[in-house]
Amino acid sequence: MFANHKLIAFETIVIKEVRRFSRIWLQTLVPPVIMITLYFVIFGNMVGRRIGEMGGFQYMEFIVPGLIMMSVIQNSYSNVVSSFFSHKFQRSIEELLVSPVPNYVILTGFIAGGMARGLAVGAIVTVTAMFFTDLSIQYPLLTIAVILLTSIVFSLAGFINAVFANSFDDISIIPTFVLTPLIYLGGVFYSSQLLPPFWRIVSGLNPIFYMVNTFRYGILGSSDVNIYWAFLILGVFIVVLYSSCIWLLRRGTGIRS
Amino acid sequence: MTIAISLKDLRKVYANGTEALKGISLDVEQGDFFALLGPNGAGKTTIIGIISTLVNKTAGNVEVFDKRVDTHIYETKLDLGVVPQEINFSQFEKVQDIVMTQAGYYGLPRKLASQRCEKYLRKLGLWEKRSERSRSLSGGMKRRLMIARALVHEPRLLILDEPTAGVDIELRRSMWEFLTEMNNKGTTIILTTHYLEEAEQLCRNIAIIDDGEIIENTSMKSLLADLDSQVFILDSATEIPAQLNLDLPNISLYRIDGHSFEVTVTGDQSINEVFSRLDQQGVKVNSMRNKTNRLEQLFLARLRDN
Ligand SMILES: Nc1ncnc2c1ncn2[C@@H]1O[C@H](COP(=O)(O)OP(=O)(O)OP(=O)(O)O)[C@@H](O)[C@H]1O
Ligand SMILES: [Mg+2]
Repeated sequence: MFANHKLIAFETIVIKEVRRFSRIWLQTLVPPVIMITLYFVIFGNMVGRRIGEMGGFQYMEFIVPGLIMMSVIQNSYSNVVSSFFSHKFQRSIEELLVSPVPNYVILTGFIAGGMARGLAVGAIVTVTAMFFTDLSIQYPLLTIAVILLTSIVFSLAGFINAVFANSFDDISIIPTFVLTPLIYLGGVFYSSQLLPPFWRIVSGLNPIFYMVNTFRYGILGSSDVNIYWAFLILGVFIVVLYSSCIWLLRRGTGIRS
Repeated sequence: MTIAISLKDLRKVYANGTEALKGISLDVEQGDFFALLGPNGAGKTTIIGIISTLVNKTAGNVEVFDKRVDTHIYETKLDLGVVPQEINFSQFEKVQDIVMTQAGYYGLPRKLASQRCEKYLRKLGLWEKRSERSRSLSGGMKRRLMIARALVHEPRLLILDEPTAGVDIELRRSMWEFLTEMNNKGTTIILTTHYLEEAEQLCRNIAIIDDGEIIENTSMKSLLADLDSQVFILDSATEIPAQLNLDLPNISLYRIDGHSFEVTVTGDQSINEVFSRLDQQGVKVNSMRNKTNRLEQLFLARLRDN
């Protein structure tokens, strides 16, 4: 396949993915906004006023970066897992498999779709947050870099989940039992400074902890973690997950009999 | 002479242990209209799955226009269009989007893609439905949509897995016409079917597959020539004598009960003669029907030979 043909195929997948989540916007774009607004109202405003400061910032300011990150992670993951699984379920994945589209184009197409939804929701949440607090971004490039890389990581993870999923239950097990706890314990709502030493070390094993804190550093200029470490972790995750996805596609796991 | 597709000793054992193909070898020439005929579970869809890379082969080789499908992925896939047995498009997408998306997967630029999309949706009578969600199409329309989708990159080889299953007679005829026209213009066509009539109408060559093995691979003509025996059941108004003998070559009789019997006619023995002899013996026939369809006979005959 020529490079320009691959580009057309890539665009086709991305457009199809964007069309899918836009068509079902009531399921994909609205719920995160409602959820995040509730977080702002309840934790930021009502409870937050009692809490006062966290990590040197107003509690509302403190949680905004975490909440943006949370929505990007959840939506990138959920877009790829549900879209790829529904392609499997409806067998329309066969349209791609019989065509000459190379595996890496299939993969990057779905990842771009996941990123599109993750970042779209992230942007909507950011705008919503501006109604509750003044947002000024300290390090814009770093902020954008960390959000893009995080979105790639969780799109890839969603892809792996979809490859192994055989039922609709299988696409909600990981988000419920793994992803949500890791996000909540990843420093979205509190600074690890509050934790006893043992739990601080445990937090250090949670990759999401690094992503949330680096993103918060980009926006507020303060972080609980080493920024270089965070980028290294992101890089390693992307390389390992990407290679695993390509390997699974080549083997045909879950898609070829 | 170019070979459009060549299968060499193709074997498939599914993960659950089912041995679906037990060594299939087959050549189809460019320009041919080829039928793959066989009962349920014979392995037809598995063969097509391996050709189109939806099924991983256990052993053997597939070449499309002299190129191996596992090493020349892009060239061979560009040459191949597949219409699957079961619906495999998204039920939520619009008819036009399904065809346009497929065109995109094949790298067709947008303008060319929409020309082709219109051309084939019109040809298959779906242009009026282009903006409807595919879910709302009837079964026959869904099949035609899959044909349009398979043609959008204009492949040299078109494989259809039971294209006319569940399609009414009128539509079946128009599909046959359409496929014949495609074939006349040079597209090599392979179709699987359960109906000998369909293969007979359309195809020049045929392979019969049963239980993962090819039991016959020949031209339609020579197959039909072997199929020259027919069995009729005759009902008589009067009691049939126990010792009924017509004394005709190529005719055998079997008395079913007092009022009906079977007649097997082979070769070009005239049936008129049968009636006049029966008349002489006082048997008044008041109805006659064909006992089996010829496909059944053919299968039975071939299975007996094996
Ligand atoms: N994914 C699968 N896993 C396990 N066994 C399978 C699978 N697909 C097909 N088989 C088995 O392989 C054999 C051949 O099936 P195949 O679908 O190729 O038959 P077919 O000739 O297309 O039949 P039909 O005329 O009913 O469509 C059958 O015994 C079937 O049960
Ligand atoms: Mg079949």
